[in-house]
Amino acid sequence: MEDKKSKRGKFLLEVIVLAALFILVQYLITTGLLNRYYQINLTLVVINIILAVSLNLINGFTGQLSLGHAGFMAIGAFGSVIISTLLGYPFILGIIVAMLAAAMAGFIIGVPTLRLKGDYLAIATLGFGEIIRVVLQNIDYIGGPAGISGISKMTTWPVLFISLMVTMVVIVNMINSSYGRAIIAVREDEIAAEIMGVNTTKYKVLAFVVGAAFAGLAGALYAHYFYIIKPETFGFLKSFDILVMVVLGGLGSTTGAVIAAIFITVLNAFLQEYAAVRMIIYATILIIVMIYRPQGLLGNKELSYKILKKIWSGKNASSTNK
Amino acid sequence: MPHLQINNLCKAFGGLSAVLNFDFYINKGELVGLIGPNGAGKTTVFNLITGVYKPDQGNIYLNGEDITGMPPYDICKKGIARTFQNIRLFNDLSVLDNVKISLHIYVPYSLATAFLRLPVFFKGEDEITQQAIKFLEIFGLDKKKDEKASNLPYGEQRRLEIARALATRPSLLILDEPAAGMNPNETKELMELINWIRSEFDLSILLIEHDMSLVMGVCERIYVLDYGQIIAEGIPEEIRNNKQVIEAYLGEEVD
Repeated sequence: MEDKKSKRGKFLLEVIVLAALFILVQYLITTGLLNRYYQINLTLVVINIILAVSLNLINGFTGQLSLGHAGFMAIGAFGSVIISTLLGYPFILGIIVAMLAAAMAGFIIGVPTLRLKGDYLAIATLGFGEIIRVVLQNIDYIGGPAGISGISKMTTWPVLFISLMVTMVVIVNMINSSYGRAIIAVREDEIAAEIMGVNTTKYKVLAFVVGAAFAGLAGALYAHYFYIIKPETFGFLKSFDILVMVVLGGLGSTTGAVIAAIFITVLNAFLQEYAAVRMIIYATILIIVMIYRPQGLLGNKELSYKILKKIWSGKNASSTNK
Repeated sequence: MPHLQINNLCKAFGGLSAVLNFDFYINKGELVGLIGPNGAGKTTVFNLITGVYKPDQGNIYLNGEDITGMPPYDICKKGIARTFQNIRLFNDLSVLDNVKISLHIYVPYSLATAFLRLPVFFKGEDEITQQAIKFLEIFGLDKKKDEKASNLPYGEQRRLEIARALATRPSLLILDEPAAGMNPNETKELMELINWIRSEFDLSILLIEHDMSLVMGVCERIYVLDYGQIIAEGIPEEIRNNKQVIEAYLGEEVD
């Protein structure tokens, strides 16, 4: 019973901390303390977290190496812009359509490709991601290679914050349920999972569809912040960027994906000033992390109160020992 | 009607027939052994029954229902569970989660309620946890429920695998060399355990085993497989004195 009480207490604490964070940032934006440069990076951080956490569901928890995440982002971006800018419907409808369209694309691509394993799946999803980009480039209605510009800026801080919360709640709750255990069982041992009654294809497709839907959400948010979208923005390099965040954070760690998404976005912003050597420094940092933490920053563990407490008490203990 | 009946089962890998004209039955509540030299095709038979492989020919009936060619997860729901010769636990997961995954086929809440964390989700999770702990208690693993499965000693990993299989609530349990790598004492304990769970859970059990004393001691009927074909079938006494069986295991007598 005490366990339940402390759980409720933690939940309340989380809500309070998050609400405070939301209000603080909103205050900083309205008073102009957070200038445009910081706002852009804040937006990128949130979008990248959504992308990394959703790809981590596919690559980290289900163990299916997908390299086509940017393709789903593209579908979300263009889908939402068609609804909001070209057809003039409200933004919220654009977001819903973006997620549904990306989920549907995830289903259509997932059913045939998820029979493949490892490298073959990676290549197939990479191919599908590129197909999406090329198809979009050849549709005149959405501007062809030039894309669409003049998208009104609707991705405000409250929209970002709510989107992020929905993503986290859905994916974390899914992972921590019986359905999540089935998904993790697929990663651990497909044959054993099937023998224990888990329809592995079904759960792979489920993870793929949910992951794709949130990539679509990220695409919609992106499109409605940066005024212009082009199909080439969502090429395979973008997919690799997201993959790097997931691997850096630790495959199968949601908090790891969040930390890595923040780290890489901030790093990128910081390195803008050193444009000439940007990629060299970026790559060097990644190589160093991979040498010393090959399992990613957090491995497959989650950052939890328990671990924080452990680190804290460990520090205290060592200081008292001295 | 036999619990499991197999007629004329054939499976070839390339030009090699691993299982040929395999006929077999097991009655409800029976404990049947399948023995044979290395490479005789015993594990292939298990893989065919549980749907890991699709047979080239022949039929498999569970309680009279044709289950030939069904995917493993459906066969599991029909009531067949198994363990593996080379243990296949979900190594990175906790002991408790290993058993919980088996209970997924009985998941008492929908995915939507899991997203929203409705009360039915928490109630369902409590149920799943309690049931999983019950299975762990039977096998004396409840104290180690939070340990990583791969950190368990060998004998306990074997027991966890049986616990995980039982959690799917099968009517037929298939054990692939459950005593492999165990010392005589552990083997004896395991045999007592197998006998006990058979009566406790009202199971039919089919087991592959190399340890002859174990098979002879516990099985009611034995099939002997050699080069993919059955060369003998009968009660342990008959098998012990069967000339063909002795030849298959020890080689022909020299005149």
